[in-house]
Amino acid sequence: MAWFQKSEVVIAGILLLAMILIGLVNPAFWSLDNMFSLLRSNVIIGIMALGVLLVMISGGIDVSFPAFAVAAMYLTIKGMLYFNYDGVFLPFVAAATIGALFGCLNAFFVYKFRMIPLIVTLGTGSMVRGFLLGVVGTSIININKMPDALIDFGKSDIISMIKPDGTTYGLTAMVAVYVVLAITLHFVLRYTMIGRGVYAMGGDPEAASRVGFNIRKITFFIYCVAGALAGFAGLLHSGMIWLANPRDFVGLELDVIAAVVLGGASIFGGRGSVLGTMLGVFMLVMVKNSLIIMKIDTTWQRVVVGVIIVIATAITAWRDRRANA
Amino acid sequence: MLRSGPLFHVDGLVMSENFIELRNVRKEFAGVVALKDLSLTIQKGEIHCLAGENGSGKSTLIKIMSGVYQPNAGEIYIDGNKVENLSPMASIEHGVQVIYQDFSLFGNLTVAENLAMNVQLREQRQVLNWRKVREIAKEAVKRLGVDLDLDMDVEKLSTAGKQLVAIARALMSDARLIIMDEPTTALTGKEIETLFRIVKDIQSRGIAILFVSHKMREMLEISEHITVIRNGQKVADGPTGDFDEALITRHMTGSDIISKPYIWDQQKYGSMPPRIETTNLSFGTDLDNINLAIKPGEIVGVSGLLGSGRTELALSLFGMMPGYSGTISINGVQTVLDTPQKAIRAGVAYVPEDRLSEGLFLTQGIDRNMLATSYEKLAPGLLIDQDKAEEWVETMIRDMQIATPTGKKLVKELSGGNQQRVVIARWLLTNAKFLILNGPTVGVDVGSKAEIHRTIRELTQKEGLAVLMISDDVPELVHNCNRIVLMHRGAFVEEMASADTSEDQISDKLKNLT
Repeated sequence: MAWFQKSEVVIAGILLLAMILIGLVNPAFWSLDNMFSLLRSNVIIGIMALGVLLVMISGGIDVSFPAFAVAAMYLTIKGMLYFNYDGVFLPFVAAATIGALFGCLNAFFVYKFRMIPLIVTLGTGSMVRGFLLGVVGTSIININKMPDALIDFGKSDIISMIKPDGTTYGLTAMVAVYVVLAITLHFVLRYTMIGRGVYAMGGDPEAASRVGFNIRKITFFIYCVAGALAGFAGLLHSGMIWLANPRDFVGLELDVIAAVVLGGASIFGGRGSVLGTMLGVFMLVMVKNSLIIMKIDTTWQRVVVGVIIVIATAITAWRDRRANA
Repeated sequence: MLRSGPLFHVDGLVMSENFIELRNVRKEFAGVVALKDLSLTIQKGEIHCLAGENGSGKSTLIKIMSGVYQPNAGEIYIDGNKVENLSPMASIEHGVQVIYQDFSLFGNLTVAENLAMNVQLREQRQVLNWRKVREIAKEAVKRLGVDLDLDMDVEKLSTAGKQLVAIARALMSDARLIIMDEPTTALTGKEIETLFRIVKDIQSRGIAILFVSHKMREMLEISEHITVIRNGQKVADGPTGDFDEALITRHMTGSDIISKPYIWDQQKYGSMPPRIETTNLSFGTDLDNINLAIKPGEIVGVSGLLGSGRTELALSLFGMMPGYSGTISINGVQTVLDTPQKAIRAGVAYVPEDRLSEGLFLTQGIDRNMLATSYEKLAPGLLIDQDKAEEWVETMIRDMQIATPTGKKLVKELSGGNQQRVVIARWLLTNAKFLILNGPTVGVDVGSKAEIHRTIRELTQKEGLAVLMISDDVPELVHNCNRIVLMHRGAFVEEMASADTSEDQISDKLKNLT
């Protein structure tokens, strides 16, 4: 395939074009300050998008991850408060593990009962959210109670700058976390047998099992990793905004799925890449950010996200159908 | 007939000429017997044909050899050694490779990755080396002696190209037996020749091939040994030289099918205007100046390869290809058929090839399926005339000889043949006078097939229907049509009266189309 036909190149081209256009309307867009804040907004959606990408390549879809993320985040912080633990590493392991366990639940229903992933994840997402609010609690944990180590971790920058007026700004180190996770997933998808198995499953699950892929293993891998990424992102999010709200992330699934589809992943499975997804996430965040800067009402942002999903899906569906014709 | 290769012992291991041997294998699904005490032996390096009608148990047998199904009883021997609980992985390790009709390839991945996948999996690699993938792919292509673009996504290849990839992939797995399931279905005559050359070449390396087919001519041409199964039982096996087409047919169907060609009652219907007539019917590159007239009582067969425009012809006559040029007349009146609704009102009926996805509501009863297109007539006002509906359904079940105690029975519980009759009955209820049948007996068991043929012929004769029958099955056309047109690249290339045409002639003509 010629390089200019690759979806990533097309997406990058569109992204660049959009950036130039936005820059023309609003020159402040290109300021380092704005770029840093844009990248910061990429982190959480981006990490979740990596999980959704994995699920979508395999031919499934996941709408439960915001619930898993919020549950992992809230449970972990509650636990930290309960045990009076102030650290960083263990909590993230715990959050990812909680997410992975929830993901196993998805995998169990998808594999064992051959259920449609959309229905499974709608159900598990709703259950997890309900249990969290009903059993664990509904109160927001504010900055005064939040574990300090998490806040400090969330505050760390890799680049710090001082504005002429003396205020500082910087690029959050969380971007590095996101990039490391993305590169890892890229390598898993591209260079490991289980990663290729995910693509094979998305291409033709029947054929995948015939050539000897272990569909059960792959299904559990997909949904557990997606859950773990969601759980991880959830905790990271609370560290970045310095509070833990058990009602957080409502409606986020749409944004993330929009970003993944925008990044060229096929809703029919079998196609999608980490780089494309990262570009899709950047594009979505940038568009939403620009709408805010242009002081457009948040309700209209929902319209834009909806339009993006429909158009991006239409384009990829059209591409895939043409390829199959 | 039992056959066994000479046995001899080397270091305690039993060596034999036989690669795989099934002894009295039995397989049941929920109490229904799919295979009954079936024995089959495939020798090393032989081309063996497994013949049987659709539904005779061929696919079950393949799945037992490939380890997908476990037999309920019986034994499997590979290289003379008994194998217990043959799993898909174990079967592959023994060198059994199946090339399914859908090829089991990954359209979203490149040719190279598809070719290398099995080797990578067998070596139980965790990490993929893309340079190695390329090497394996190159080797696979070289072994098969074909030219394939390794970087192309498989879904962009032609059917023949995909098949080559599937065969090359099988060879890379150190195959000792390659099972090909209906490999010639979607190939052109030239491509079939290429395939046969490759099959012979594979054989020359000592690899056995099980060629699963229901096309007599191909079996006789390619194989050395033929096994015929019917209703899950082996009914014949022996060297190919012992068989001819008539004999295979007799074994496959269990009866001599009386091949009396259908004769059009010209005296009765000759003076009537054609039920359907087209002049210069064209549509893009799909249809090229089609002139066709079918009079009442005629059954006209259309033969041609996939993509010859035969399906487009059917669709255009059913109003599903608006924007055609040329004219269509029904009963002598010129009509514009640009929607299926108009076609139905004009008395046209279309029974699609894939009745399951296009024609039937499987989870509904026979009655509702039959009446699906007739509710308008049953409900002149607001309410459906239930008595009349019941009466219609009962009449149709009787006329079409559908095996069911009641019209309430769900269609999914019927056999393929009975399902097909439900579809045809539905159209007869609309008072259709022109019936388009696309592959009317695909996936239908033998007994039902003959019954369906009989019903179609009788109805046409008696009611003066006009029928356009499209089929891959040449004997089906020869036995049921009074004339047959050969289609190629959207045009009619030849018309034959079936009374003075043999199956061979038509098959030869089909083969020579490119």
